Amino acid sequence: MTGAKRGDILQNSMTYGLFTGAFVMHYGAEKIGILVIPAGPGNTERQINLMRDFGTTMLHITPSYALYVASVIYDKGIDPRRDLKLKRAYLGAEPYSEETRKKIEDMLGIDIYNCYGLTEMNGPGVGFECKYKEGLHIWEDNFLMEVINPETGEPIPDGEIGELVLTTLNREAMPLIRYRTRDLTKIISEPCKCGRTHRRISRILGRSDDMFIVKGVNIFPQQIEQVLMSIKGVAQNYQIVLESYDEMTVKVEIDRELFDGKIERLIRMKDEIVDKIRSATMVKPKVELLEPGTLPISEGKAKRVIDNRTI
Amino acid sequence: MNKVYMISVFAENKPGRLERVTKVLAEANINILAFSITSTNGFGVIKFMVNKWKEAYDLLREKGFTVSLNEAIGIEMKDQPGGLYEVVKILSSKGINIESASVYVAETRKRAYLIVEVEDTSKAKELLKDENLKFLNPEEIQ
Repeated sequence: MTGAKRGDILQNSMTYGLFTGAFVMHYGAEKIGILVIPAGPGNTERQINLMRDFGTTMLHITPSYALYVASVIYDKGIDPRRDLKLKRAYLGAEPYSEETRKKIEDMLGIDIYNCYGLTEMNGPGVGFECKYKEGLHIWEDNFLMEVINPETGEPIPDGEIGELVLTTLNREAMPLIRYRTRDLTKIISEPCKCGRTHRRISRILGRSDDMFIVKGVNIFPQQIEQVLMSIKGVAQNYQIVLESYDEMTVKVEIDRELFDGKIERLIRMKDEIVDKIRSATMVKPKVELLEPGTLPISEGKAKRVIDNRTI
Repeated sequence: MNKVYMISVFAENKPGRLERVTKVLAEANINILAFSITSTNGFGVIKFMVNKWKEAYDLLREKGFTVSLNEAIGIEMKDQPGGLYEVVKILSSKGINIESASVYVAETRKRAYLIVEVEDTSKAKELLKDENLKFLNPEEIQ
C-alpha cells in the first residue's frame, strides 16, 4: 500500500512494552519479510547510528520525535539523502499537521504515511494511508465505522466532522460494539485514486472529551485532580498546559492558609506532586506553584486543560 | 526575651512581584528593616522584618498575598570585620541550624543584628540564654 516489501529494513522507534504501537507494526512487518530493528524511542545518537549501520529504509516513529531526530541528523552534518537509505516513515500515536509531515519529508527526503489506531482496537493499523496520502483507509472488512454527533449520539452524514465509532467484525475474544473512540474526524466516501474501495477518514482533528495524550499515554484530568486534592498545601484551582506531545505542565495554586514561610516545604510539596502524578499517569510532569488567585476562576465547567499543541 | 517576627510572602519568580509587595508597605508607611529573597525554580519566598509587623501582616493578607508570620531571633553583632563570625560560631556550637537569615543594620559601622529563623525558636532561645549575646528588643524597632 505504501511500497514496503520484503528486503526493507524497518527501524521501530515506538515504545515497546505496554504500548501496542510498536508490537503491531513489528509483527506485521515480519510477516511480509521485513527486517525489524526494535530500537524503541530515545537515545537519538544510537538511532542515527542504527540507521547508518543497518541501512534502515523505513521508520515507525511519533511525529514529535521524528522532528527531533531529523534536526539532530542535520546538526551532525549528515545528509540524509546521501548518507542514509531512508525511503519512508510511518507516523502515528499523536495528531500532527500536514505542514509537519511536509517539513519532515523535506528534511529527510522521504515519504511519510499517516497511521491511525487505538489500543482498544488492537493498536495501530485501524486506518492507513496509501501512496496518495489523502486520508486514511479504514479496513472496513475488519471494522464497521460510523461518525456520530458526540453530543446527541446520532449518526451524521459522510463528510461532516464528528466522533468516530468503531465495531470490530473479526475479533473473537473481546468484540467491541459501537465503541466510541472520542476521536474527531470525517468520513471520505469518494473512491480513492489508488483503487481501494475501503472508505477513508481524514486525519484526526482532536478529541470530543477532555482526555489528552502525552508521550502516547491516555490521561484524564481527573487523575491529576485526584493527586492534587490528596496533597496538603495545594489549593483547589489547577490547570494542565500542553505545549508539546511529550510534556505536560501542571500549574497549581498553593493554599494561602497552609503557607508557613518555609521554602523547603514548598520544594518538598512540589516534588511530591511530581512523584504522585508520575505514579498515577506514568508521565513525569513539570509542576509550577502559583500564588492563589492567579488562575482564572471557573464559571461553570472549569477549563482544566489548555492544549496549545498545533495539529 | 520578647519576640521579633519575620513576614514571609510567597511569590512566583516573575517581574513585578517584589514591586507589588513593597508598594503595599510603602503606601502604609511601613519601614523595612531587613529583607531577603530565597528563590528556586519558578517561585520564591520574600522575607521582611518591618517596624509595624502586625499591621504589615494584616495588610498584606487583606490585599490577597500569601503571607505568613514567623518568629525569629535577632542577635546583635558588631558592624565590623568578624562580627558575623562571632555570632554564628556560637549558634553552630549549640547545634542550631539557620533556616533563613537577614541583617538589620541598627547603626551603620557600629551595631547590626543577625535575624535568623530556626526550626525551634524557643529551644534555640533556651540554648542561647547563657551566652554572651545581646538580643534585639522588638520595642527598639517599633
